[in-house]
Amino acid sequence: MGGLLKEIYKSRALYLFISPFYLLFLIFSVFPIFFSMYLSVQKWDGIGEMTYVGFGNFTYMFTDPTFWQALVNNIALWILGNAPQLICALVVAFLINMTIVKYKGFFRIAYFLPNITSMVAVVIIFQSLFGSEYGLINFLLQKIGLPRIDWFSSSFGSRTAIAAMIGWRYMGYNAIIYLAGLQRIPRDLYEAAVIDGATTAQTFFRISLPLLKPIILFTVMMSTIGGFQIFTEPQVLAGTQSPYPGTDTIVLYMFREGFNYQHYGYAAAVSWVLFVIIGLLSIINWKFFNRSDD
Amino acid sequence: MGIGNQTKRIALHAILLIGVLLSVFPFYWLAVMSTNETSAIFAFPPKLTFGGYFLVNVNHVLENSNFIRAFLNTLFVTVVSTTLQLFFNSLTGFTFAKFRFPGSKALFFLLIGTMMIPGQMLLVPQFIIVKTFGWVGSYKALIAPSIATAFGIFWVRQYALSIHDELLEAARIDGCSKFGQYWRVALPILRPALAFLAITTFMGTWEDYLWPLIVLNDSSKFTLMLALQQLKSVHTADYSMVMTGTLMATVPLIVMFLLVSRQFIAGIMEGAVKS
Repeated sequence: MGGLLKEIYKSRALYLFISPFYLLFLIFSVFPIFFSMYLSVQKWDGIGEMTYVGFGNFTYMFTDPTFWQALVNNIALWILGNAPQLICALVVAFLINMTIVKYKGFFRIAYFLPNITSMVAVVIIFQSLFGSEYGLINFLLQKIGLPRIDWFSSSFGSRTAIAAMIGWRYMGYNAIIYLAGLQRIPRDLYEAAVIDGATTAQTFFRISLPLLKPIILFTVMMSTIGGFQIFTEPQVLAGTQSPYPGTDTIVLYMFREGFNYQHYGYAAAVSWVLFVIIGLLSIINWKFFNRSDD
Repeated sequence: MGIGNQTKRIALHAILLIGVLLSVFPFYWLAVMSTNETSAIFAFPPKLTFGGYFLVNVNHVLENSNFIRAFLNTLFVTVVSTTLQLFFNSLTGFTFAKFRFPGSKALFFLLIGTMMIPGQMLLVPQFIIVKTFGWVGSYKALIAPSIATAFGIFWVRQYALSIHDELLEAARIDGCSKFGQYWRVALPILRPALAFLAITTFMGTWEDYLWPLIVLNDSSKFTLMLALQQLKSVHTADYSMVMTGTLMATVPLIVMFLLVSRQFIAGIMEGAVKS
């Protein structure tokens, strides 16, 4: 025991070095977790007394149609914004990785560029592209003989616009991550397959895809977590109070309840439900992708 | 090389170039809109070429918003935040990589574990804490919570593992304290890892929106992203001005990215494969 204390005393400088992180961690993570757990069963406006309401916040949430609508919107935005984008990213990464492609460095940088733009800027740019009367996309639609679409007046339209914002910003980012994975696959594997007469599509489905599985899992998990935290797009589009149809997300709902109405206890309860949803989806992703490894 | 291969090569490059055009087009559209009058944007068909109104629009932005103020605010918060994070993350990451001390393993696992906590869950209590400290409306609320981050520490630690023990041992024999070993020996070696961390931190802080929206209430303290959102919601009629503001807030990041893009992308790829 004395030896251990002596060890600890000798390492005092090291504890000092790492202490800022743990201090902040205590104040801004550990305490908030427990505090939010406590808050979720209280009714509190931030000024007056807290009232214990048990699971009242949760039972109210599950009867609130706005909450369910936000959940449905979130799922729709998550799928629309990520599934097509991740598939494109995979194909782009596979193409860039092919030996006959030149200027790989240029393509990497060009595809990555959208990712460094702020979400606020992306919303402003895309809102004008999707403008109903004068937007460029409607102009192109009419040019090819289709009717123009009033994008932000229907759930389908506004979700498509938001999905385009997400897809544009993250496709290149995910392609870069896939490319990193592809570059670790030995070239010999492809060469051997080509000698055996495999087509490009076959090498994609039989070699690249299976060997990339861990990295695909990583991107799907990250996009699930990101997809259920969508906030900036609908908030910048239309403010916190009157979102366009089909875009009221769970984080927006939580933000409104907490920071606009000062329903702190209720907002804490919403955040716990969000946490459980993200946790469950991560477990499902994990199981789904590890199925065949058992 | 056969004819078939040549065609295939051209087709591949063409497909990839179309993708590049789609990636770059929104930037072009932004630039076009900020050089035209609002009426030209609302013309039909929309104007797709540069106009001569850029300086007029810049003037409008400067007159109608606290743009310069917001720019300086953002610069201040970002520089202070990034500097503090680089220092504390590298010191902590180095300590975990090169020293064993009672509890070091458990503490490191705890740190990794914190990366799993979704940030949104903590927003409400974090806001209440910040309010209790009396920090609402001050930059302390923006800077303090992220002085040391789990990701940053983890990133530095991975890199610091490759520092040779003999080097640190030699420094110790020469009379270097533990902090001296960090400052004189490790820091220069860690420079490439820190460069990547600096840029991601800088960009992340520059573009942060949700947390500043919660803790800043006085528009003179607004960061660029908040100022931009305000410009957009107040001046919808003057679209080209809003676009010019957006361009002015985005160009510094694009320029910075293009300057360091190679190292930056190498960093992302390295990180992705490790995790």
